[in-house]
Amino acid sequence: MARSSPPKLAVWKFASCDGCQLSLLDCGEDLLAIGARFEIARFTEASRAVIRGPYDLSLVEGSIATVADVKRIQAVRRQSRWLVSIGACATAGGIQALRNGAAIADMVKAVYPRPDYIDALATATPIADHVPVDFALHGCPIDRRQLIEVIAAFLEGRKPNIPTHSLCLDCKRAGIVCVMVAGGQPCLGPVTQAGCGVLCPSVGRGCYGCFGPMEAPNPAALRPWLRRSGLDAEAIHRFYRTFNAGAATFRAASDDHD
Amino acid sequence: MLPATTMTEAGTRRIKVDALARVEGEGALDVGIRDGVVTSVAFRIGEPARLFEAFLVGRQFWEVPDITARICGICPIAYMLSSSQALEHALEIAVSEPVRRLRRLIYCGEWIASHVLHAAFLHAPDFLGAADAFALARRDPALVKTALALKGLGNKIMEVAGGRAIHPVNLRLGGFYRAPAADTVRALCGPLREGMAQAMDLGHAFARFDFPDTEVDYTFVSLHDPAAYAIERGRIVSNRGLDADVAAFDVHLREEQVKHSTALRGLTAAGASYVVGPLARYANNYPQLTTTARDFAEALGLGPVCRNPFKSILVRMVETLFACEEALALCERYEPPVPAAVPIQPRASEGHGATEAPRGLCYHHYRMDDGGCITAARIVPPTAQNQRQIEADLAQVVAANLDLPADALQWRCEQAIRNFDPCISCATHFLTVSLRQE
Repeated sequence: MARSSPPKLAVWKFASCDGCQLSLLDCGEDLLAIGARFEIARFTEASRAVIRGPYDLSLVEGSIATVADVKRIQAVRRQSRWLVSIGACATAGGIQALRNGAAIADMVKAVYPRPDYIDALATATPIADHVPVDFALHGCPIDRRQLIEVIAAFLEGRKPNIPTHSLCLDCKRAGIVCVMVAGGQPCLGPVTQAGCGVLCPSVGRGCYGCFGPMEAPNPAALRPWLRRSGLDAEAIHRFYRTFNAGAATFRAASDDHD
Repeated sequence: MLPATTMTEAGTRRIKVDALARVEGEGALDVGIRDGVVTSVAFRIGEPARLFEAFLVGRQFWEVPDITARICGICPIAYMLSSSQALEHALEIAVSEPVRRLRRLIYCGEWIASHVLHAAFLHAPDFLGAADAFALARRDPALVKTALALKGLGNKIMEVAGGRAIHPVNLRLGGFYRAPAADTVRALCGPLREGMAQAMDLGHAFARFDFPDTEVDYTFVSLHDPAAYAIERGRIVSNRGLDADVAAFDVHLREEQVKHSTALRGLTAAGASYVVGPLARYANNYPQLTTTARDFAEALGLGPVCRNPFKSILVRMVETLFACEEALALCERYEPPVPAAVPIQPRASEGHGATEAPRGLCYHHYRMDDGGCITAARIVPPTAQNQRQIEADLAQVVAANLDLPADALQWRCEQAIRNFDPCISCATHFLTVSLRQE
């Protein structure tokens, strides 16, 4: 593909811990390769330089949690040819989505002596609730190899090759003895999207769902297993309500009844 | 260049930076000047609202480390281990020596990764007039590659001990889910020896920078551990005679809320600003650095105390070298802890914990009920404690550089903020705040 100038890359931050954009800085020498293939047009965490839009590829981290950000994400979308939401905050609202459905005023009061100085939306919501998103990359945090794949796919004009199957498949491939069936530990692997590198089962721990729901999960089938591994309804509720609490299927599963 | 406005009318100037670059999180700067006198300084923190302390209430005690990790992607270990220490304090659990050493090892990894990220990628470009590390890489590819390799080593330590570098999965109350195998830990020794050399290369390169000649009479607050340079435990001390148990944090240090910031600002009981972080640790614990690290500091032109905030980049490299050497010693002596974690049963209790995050003292306080349900949480991150001093430094920097052209003065102000490696994602008590002028 002949281009007169390199494509412009922009990185945007909304409510988040910065960990997903840090994954970009963690790409080692691949980062320099990205720097060579793109014009880094806007990446506030890493650069003072700001080059005007429109941008060819926008990576968006974080969830929408303020009135100002509701407007800002619209402006980002208008300036972006391809918009990728990165990480659990951007794709599912993130940990701060735990505020959704709670009394926001009470929460603000719990943290600040002068709540009247504070202005926060009652919800923290994913980017796709506000603007069309071209691709959503899961994870809390995202996996940097998957990030490189998304960026490479953009450069090559193809769909990113990101699997949407459950963690179980990768766990079996890795030859790990099932932490739930054999180990008796609660595990969200059967409903969680693969991609982390099977981290928790590798250390003998049940998956806690940081990559969010797989495509078409079946939490109803998992529920008896979670009960058998010792979780009561309240514990199951909490288990689904962490970093992807705002993802529709996890939210629904957290409120299921036996 | 970032959007900035400098208005001049009848002796009035304003320096305004809406989106401060090369810091973690969302910060902004607003300085007012009238007739050559600084009239207002606001280092505004406008990081969107996240409300951790509120939604920790009602969670199970064992969930806290994984949740608080998400406060910051740059220093998750600081939050995981400060919260673990607080909850273990509440339940009167003492972790085994091998567990403590493995925690110290993973913390060294975080120091290396975080210090190199800040020093080489966020701070160094200021001294070279470069917009970012990409520009730096075009000018000095070897330097940037060394930094990337060393940053990668910090990450690797966290991956070996924690499963991944950002939000590790292998840490739990009482220890680890699974102790890493001795050979994988030992395999870090070679890279750590190289890491020491890389840290020195970077430090010597940074020592050639042209540093503004300034000194500030800081109140330095850090942990002090009689046994070693404080990282994962210690008492709270200062260079003004403070020496207190972590549980007495509130007696000696407090917070105030100001309109222009989501972060609650720290101040001493007497109402003075104070500083946490590398400069404070270095000043308070210098004798406990290794000989190699002290010699390196001397070679960089540093004495036992550094009061020039611009030289914090050098102190970070001394601490990076120290962390490599310390990690090497821990890897050489490593035996997998057995058991990997001590079992913990909850009961109604209250506990305090503090560790040295790369950016400084990180204090946590929790209460739980008999069922292990968290009933109260309080987290005081390092950048919030530094915020008041950052503003004081800004006022001094502006006053000393009024003759600089607007662009240069703005950049110098940004640099004065970046001296503190502010982590704004951490500093806010996790809310979005509207920014209002007083």
